[in-house]
Amino acid sequence: MRVDLFIPCFVDQLAPRVGLATAKVLRGLGHEVAFREAQTCCGQPSFNSGHWDVAREAALRALDVFRGAEAVVGPSASCVAMMRKFYPEVLAGHPRAAEAADLAGRTFELGEFIVRRLGVTDVGARWEGKATYHDGCHGLRELGLRREARALLGAVRGLTLIEAEEQETCCGFGGLFSVKYPMISTAMAQVKSDALVRTGADIVVSSDPSCLLQIGGYLGRQGKAVRTLHLAEVLASR
Amino acid sequence: MSAARETILGRIAEALRLAAPRPHLSSDVPAGTPAKVGKAWLPEGGDDEEGRLALLEANLGKLRASLVRVPDAPAAAAALARLAAERGWKRLALHRGELTETVARGLPCETWCVDDGFDKDRLEACDAGLTACESLVAQTGSLLVSSASNGGRALSILPHVHVVVARRQQVLPDLEAALADARARHGGALPSMLGFITGPSRTGDIERILVLGAHGPKELHVILIG
Amino acid sequence: MSPAPRDRFLEDAAAATADDPQRGFLRGALGGYYASRDVQKARYRDWEKARDAAALAKWTAVNRLDRNLARFEEAFVRNGGVVHWARDAAEARAIILGICREAGARSVIKSKCMTTEEIHLNDALEAEGFGVVESDLGEFIQQLRKEPPFHFVFPCMHLRRDAISELFGKHLGTPPTDSPEELTMIARRHLRDLYLRADIGISGANFLVAETGQVSITENEGNARLTCALPRVHIALAGIEKVIERLDDLAVLLPMLATAGAGQPMTCYNTLYAGPRRAGEADGPEAFHVVLLDNRRTALLADPEQRDALHCIRCGACLNVCPIFKNIGGFAYGTTYQGPIGSVITPHLRGLRNWNHLSGASSLCGACTEACPVRIDLHHHLLRNRRNAVRAHGGWADRLFHRAFGWVIARPRLFSLGGRLFRAALPVLRRLPLPYLRPWLRTRTLPEAAEPSFRQQAKEVLR
Repeated sequence: MRVDLFIPCFVDQLAPRVGLATAKVLRGLGHEVAFREAQTCCGQPSFNSGHWDVAREAALRALDVFRGAEAVVGPSASCVAMMRKFYPEVLAGHPRAAEAADLAGRTFELGEFIVRRLGVTDVGARWEGKATYHDGCHGLRELGLRREARALLGAVRGLTLIEAEEQETCCGFGGLFSVKYPMISTAMAQVKSDALVRTGADIVVSSDPSCLLQIGGYLGRQGKAVRTLHLAEVLASR
Repeated sequence: MSAARETILGRIAEALRLAAPRPHLSSDVPAGTPAKVGKAWLPEGGDDEEGRLALLEANLGKLRASLVRVPDAPAAAAALARLAAERGWKRLALHRGELTETVARGLPCETWCVDDGFDKDRLEACDAGLTACESLVAQTGSLLVSSASNGGRALSILPHVHVVVARRQQVLPDLEAALADARARHGGALPSMLGFITGPSRTGDIERILVLGAHGPKELHVILIG
Repeated sequence: MSPAPRDRFLEDAAAATADDPQRGFLRGALGGYYASRDVQKARYRDWEKARDAAALAKWTAVNRLDRNLARFEEAFVRNGGVVHWARDAAEARAIILGICREAGARSVIKSKCMTTEEIHLNDALEAEGFGVVESDLGEFIQQLRKEPPFHFVFPCMHLRRDAISELFGKHLGTPPTDSPEELTMIARRHLRDLYLRADIGISGANFLVAETGQVSITENEGNARLTCALPRVHIALAGIEKVIERLDDLAVLLPMLATAGAGQPMTCYNTLYAGPRRAGEADGPEAFHVVLLDNRRTALLADPEQRDALHCIRCGACLNVCPIFKNIGGFAYGTTYQGPIGSVITPHLRGLRNWNHLSGASSLCGACTEACPVRIDLHHHLLRNRRNAVRAHGGWADRLFHRAFGWVIARPRLFSLGGRLFRAALPVLRRLPLPYLRPWLRTRTLPEAAEPSFRQQAKEVLR
């Protein structure tokens, strides 16, 4: 199958390794992987801030960018949720609403794509050590993903998965929320990160790079040794 | 007709001119009232009489209410007398009724019927209140009392202990059945109070720690005949 | 002049989040709730479908509100009750004061009712010389503390037992104790006599049954049962959205209210009142009044997108699972209804301009929506409030920022150039925090810049 990557803007700019790992995993499964250079940001920062007109423009652009794609796969549940759930909402009543619904049906989060669409759980990865998994809220509640990433991690050789307390608790990122209400965002990061650290895991894995930005940033400030890794990075390791 | 009434109803009619979308549901809900379609999804109510009785007993236990099963009315009277003696009750209040009066006969303490002239201070001074009930609900461990058949409003809530005497045939599977039963009994004139009681009075207001007997009865005893 | 709600919120939230022991205490207090809720939910044969049934019951009722209220009124009057309509808080207070005066009352006993908090009824009653006592344990404690409820179902969940013991010592002269049971018994003994002496009982209403004209009241302690049994007059204050169509709907709504809100199979007492004492009944009030309150609920009704917020049965589940509530507590909201539902409805009830910050103060995690037994689209409504606020009175600087952002992301080359500049500046930014980044950097690091960007590498790698 030909897979078109949907790379979140800050992965593109700040964590390209996550994009590379995503491409590696999908190619390892025998699929052709492409990146359409016209893509930029999904528009979520403006959508979440109430500027739906800006988000609508971003959505209309995305319809053009990903026109004809068989499967659009992104290593971010949050950005995928924007495309699948919120593009149809900002384009409700718009002449191109049907296109938005169509794109929503062709867009997948990475773990969701591998497990649900391809029916694969073992991607041949190896990673030695103890890991704990953080569910991003968009993956959990907008996309309904719970078991996919765990199934994939469960098949990684050498990896022991330890579930944390506060398993379904938000990390407190929330995009611009983390800057506009830093004290609440930090309190949430603390509750979440403390629970993750208590597992004794070497790495915190998530399917959402934005959660990792928050958790990694908080753990970094606290001087904690726990590393944060995107699911794609673990699945790409051999 | 008050001006406020007209204004509010006018605002509502105006607001409802725009239709709201249906809620996002997890499934296609079949046609029917919420109670009818929800019946299959709520906690179970037992498949047969034995199942219902087992469920009721288990639920009452979890609620920290006691259930005493007795074969007949004299045995129920004996069970009540034992409770009265064990706890040293001096006064018990009850309401007129075949079951309550039979069971309270020969108690080792003073008894008083609230129907003979209600007096709230006199009721407050009673150690226990004895009532019948309309039905018992296996699904939730609840019992349904009414102001028409079970001695008014205060008898089942003001005394420190509430004892309910009922017959096995009164155990119904679920809330829907209990409401239907009450309707069938009272027809168009529903009692001024119809109340489900699910365990003894409780609170968790202090540190979310469960304490029984917040304002209502600290103890709830069900004596089931048959 | 008191500070603007948003400024007060920021100040209070900062103080609350800095209080680690208190936050830990709240998490601990809710731990038991999660455990018992999960046990009870497991007893449902299908919890998700049961939510569908509950949502439909409320959706049907609210979308035929005019018809249902008229039916309720007719049936309630047939049962011997009196119906009053109040457009706003002042009208509701005036009606209730009028009933109290006419009854020649002196003392009032109240069972828990958030709608009376909404209209500040206690202040009005006291100003007219009526003695008014809250009988729900948590509300009683909060009344002694002269503090509003912290959580609209668990009013004093922020308090430790020693604070309550001290409070009772000060006001009731009781000796100190660290037993929640003993503290509860102190309140029980104190309030008994007040029930017996009160002239008026004031309650809320959880549901108004249109079909039968009954008022349904849910509670655990028995205080509402006593409030509605012993005084001469019973007044129930209810928001107009409390109406449901059928008596049978309660077979779904009562257990779900209990399970979602408090992790119980059923709340201890669920009582339906149809009018005052009937001939042949042993006791009960001589008169039963219901006051139906609008107070801008019709403004929310007029917004079909968020009309489902009127489905709310005030179970409190959304607060119990909300990470914002758990970290800032109930007082910071500054609203009658705290937590996610409060953040959704307060802008409708009290104005978007002053209350939209509550919609912004959310990470949009969606735990509330998942917990809601009547399927209110809570966290998405916060997004809709944000959109409405931008449309109605967005600031020019904010608008300019997002317009510029939209302009850049529509131009991949410019976006790429911007990214390069940002990466080049990042080593400096990480050390020299600019105003917009400072709040982030105070508690969190930023990642190191990685070169080159994904798009720069993509051509090479994906060839």
